[in-house]
Amino acid sequence: METPTINDLSISIATENGTGSASANNILFKAIFKMGIPCSSKNMFPSNIQGLPTWYQIRASADGYMARKDVIDVIVMFNDVTAAKDIHRVRDGGVIVYDDSTPLSPTLKRDGITYFGVPANKLIQKIVPASPLRIKQRNMVYVGALAALFGIDMETIKAVLQDTFGRKPAVIESNLVCIEAGYNHVKEKGYTQNIAMLQPIPNGNKGKIITEGNTACALGAIYGGASVIAWYPITPSSSLAEAVEHYMPRLRKTNGSAPYAIVQAEDEIAAVSMIVGAGWAGARAMTSTSGPGLSLMNEAIGLAYFAEIPTVFFIIQRGGPSTGLPTRTQQSDIQLMYYASHGDTRHIILIPHDMKSCFDLSRKSFDYADRFQTPVFVMMDLDLGMNLWSSDPLELKKEPFDRGKLLTSADLEQWEKQGKKFRRYFDQDGDGIPYRTIPGNPNRKASYFARGSGHDADAKYSEDEKDYKETLDRLRKKFETSRKFVPKPIVETQEGVKTGIICFGSSYEPVREARDRLKAAGLKTNHLLLRALPLTEETRKFVAAHDVIYLVEQNRDAQMASIFKDEWPDLATKIVSVLVYDGLPVTTLEVVRQIRRHHDGETTEETQWQENKKLIASI
Amino acid sequence: MAGEQKTNRVNLTEKDYEGAPSTMCRGCGHDAISASVMRAFYDSSVDPRKVVKLSGIGCSSKTPAYFLSQSFGFNAVHGRMSAVATGANLANHTLIPIGVSGDGDTAAIGLGNFCHMMRRNVNITYIVENNGVYGLTKGQFSATADKGSVMKGGKINDMPALDIAELAIVLGATYVARSFSGDRKQLAPLIEGALAHKGSAILDVISPCVTFNNHEGSTKSLKYVKEHLDPIHDVDFIPSYENIEADYKPGTDHMVTMHDGSRILLHKLHEDYDPTNRMQAMQMIHASVAEGKFLTGLIYYDPNRPDFAAELGLGDKALAELGQDILQPPPEALDRINADFMK
Repeated sequence: METPTINDLSISIATENGTGSASANNILFKAIFKMGIPCSSKNMFPSNIQGLPTWYQIRASADGYMARKDVIDVIVMFNDVTAAKDIHRVRDGGVIVYDDSTPLSPTLKRDGITYFGVPANKLIQKIVPASPLRIKQRNMVYVGALAALFGIDMETIKAVLQDTFGRKPAVIESNLVCIEAGYNHVKEKGYTQNIAMLQPIPNGNKGKIITEGNTACALGAIYGGASVIAWYPITPSSSLAEAVEHYMPRLRKTNGSAPYAIVQAEDEIAAVSMIVGAGWAGARAMTSTSGPGLSLMNEAIGLAYFAEIPTVFFIIQRGGPSTGLPTRTQQSDIQLMYYASHGDTRHIILIPHDMKSCFDLSRKSFDYADRFQTPVFVMMDLDLGMNLWSSDPLELKKEPFDRGKLLTSADLEQWEKQGKKFRRYFDQDGDGIPYRTIPGNPNRKASYFARGSGHDADAKYSEDEKDYKETLDRLRKKFETSRKFVPKPIVETQEGVKTGIICFGSSYEPVREARDRLKAAGLKTNHLLLRALPLTEETRKFVAAHDVIYLVEQNRDAQMASIFKDEWPDLATKIVSVLVYDGLPVTTLEVVRQIRRHHDGETTEETQWQENKKLIASI
Repeated sequence: MAGEQKTNRVNLTEKDYEGAPSTMCRGCGHDAISASVMRAFYDSSVDPRKVVKLSGIGCSSKTPAYFLSQSFGFNAVHGRMSAVATGANLANHTLIPIGVSGDGDTAAIGLGNFCHMMRRNVNITYIVENNGVYGLTKGQFSATADKGSVMKGGKINDMPALDIAELAIVLGATYVARSFSGDRKQLAPLIEGALAHKGSAILDVISPCVTFNNHEGSTKSLKYVKEHLDPIHDVDFIPSYENIEADYKPGTDHMVTMHDGSRILLHKLHEDYDPTNRMQAMQMIHASVAEGKFLTGLIYYDPNRPDFAAELGLGDKALAELGQDILQPPPEALDRINADFMK
């Protein structure tokens, strides 16, 4: 008999999508949050509307760890299709809650697991009036069952229902009866378990918010002044544009007219072209997409780079092309972003890692785009963008927009008096950043003709080799200037520690927990959270100061490590990649496992592969 | 001396509407179109500083550099001018956009974006310099080449031609005209009308390519086009500030009144033609194509449909000119959202 842990529990809920499980899961998660217990959720869902398996994983952690937990204590087995696999996903000694409206098949029995049957199907047939929607109520039953088993009181559930469906008392009632049926069934049967209990933590989540990264980014974009938004639906980025659509009219004063334009374009090529046109004409313009859309946008991104047009791209990374993994998370478009387009191009990338930085960096992205007159990427991933995260409240730093070197008509008059001539692509200040005017500027000296790579410093058409090389070199200089401006990494170091970990984006939470676990096992690590590309001096110093750097990223080919090694070949041998690329949110265990294996000197598949590469290169 | 120079209503000379020297082939139809563009802008007294010129890629797309040098210009990527123009229009809908494209740029690579621009009725004067051939890549057939037309090397086109004017009517463009590069008398007033129009104004201008498509057997050669022109009417543009009563001949003239009060006077050449009749417009195009002719004139006009900027509810001030005071919501609004997120 184990002693139940308090407020340390991971639940995985297996359902079919399109059966109303999202609602049920949301209520369960928010109830735990409302109890004041630090918690996180991961939705592992298919690219489908109805009938395919979906899993929702909730983690309650008194220690405040938010990463997807590797060990599952409880499985809610509500999908017959995945049941045979699901029974093996729960840990030894764990709990399975299943629908015993029909008897459990003997093949689904596993030793050492406690099974609790809740006849959800039968219950809803009794309490929910017959309708095609009745099946959607079935999932509410497990909410009640789990509440009874693990100590969530019904008052908390009711409060969440009130928050969620406040204006629809009938909906509250119809859900409540199903939750109560599950709750009462557990109580009547006298089911108890000893693995974990949830207990309210007074003020535990006081002041915390729950939101998704895509929403936080959308709000950041609105506060950052985005006024032309063109996008094309694609998972997992659609919810970002939709959040902009939702909040924009509510947040931006209208006075009868719309101080924004949101266009659902006919494809991503149109979306990018629209924002390039809008950026050129002086609006703060953005799009959001993921890998396939980014691929389509490449040509116009190059145009924006060479014509030097501010534009902002929110890239929510997912699994590769076509069907299969659009709903799974990845960080595998780093190089596609960093070097997007043809010709010599490289771009500024901002990398949020939590809800606050989603908001802040999204807001600031428009300043970077204007300051450097170039495409700026906000690099997201599905885990960060579409899962619910608990966070401190979003905060608006009051500071003026930075429109960069934008010349008004009055500025040009002033220039003329000073004997200075406006030359669109001339490096006046030696920092690689030219001055810019926008259409509608009434000054006769303001206009210029924007083009791709073939222009001289005065924006005149040119195929001259000297002009072209000058353009390329100045653009590179501009990029170098940006190193001093992009967000600095967040560094956590302790004297004498020679092992460093670098991560970014949604890997931050699992790495934070992994460091604690490694430390407990005797391996102290320093940490650098990367927040932007190009790389900056702080990161170089960090790498140089350690014997070994574990660089954690969510792709197969160590795309970020390649950028590091390209920048600093002298430090390349220090970098050991920790690569997670199964499409699911990173678990702490995976990070710990890979670091331990390397640290303990085991030959891993990864290191073997690296060795092979070296061998091939030396031949 | 300055006093003697002829100026328009905004005190600009014809020279103020010129651009860089053209680099088209000698005798290219595109240069004639540029001349009509300059004429139309001058006659309409449009301030070049309020104009934006956009284009895609191709010979035709180079031409915006050869007129209105005081205007901002944007030579975008191949096929995407219509989408780039859409974005520019949303950023600043108070400017007057003119787009120049070719039949490859518009009817092949950029067809999708072109269709959706018209579907949205984005305000633009969009000129397709249509010669049925890819000039800049040296002589491949385009999607507007007629079936049976012969390529310079002897290859015969076996695909039917895409009719830009017909497509424009079907997809929601609100001002659709066809003309011929060599007919400035008809083309310039049609461009003036397009500039006065708020919405997608599509001008399909047959513009023979003297280098790659001007031979015997081509249906877009200068000779062939001249012999097969089928004008519906003579066209006069009357600006809003001019009295037109003197010119209007009831019975033989059809008058179209534009949003800004200017008018287009159509002097009929054969049967009576009402360009606001969509079905008649389609019939005329089909009949003309069946006869192997190029129907020219103002083929279709819809005076009622609001343009995209109006549809989106944009105000008097351009989005590009809005300051942080309008664009950035107050911090209290974020507090309220945070409070919602705590539930």
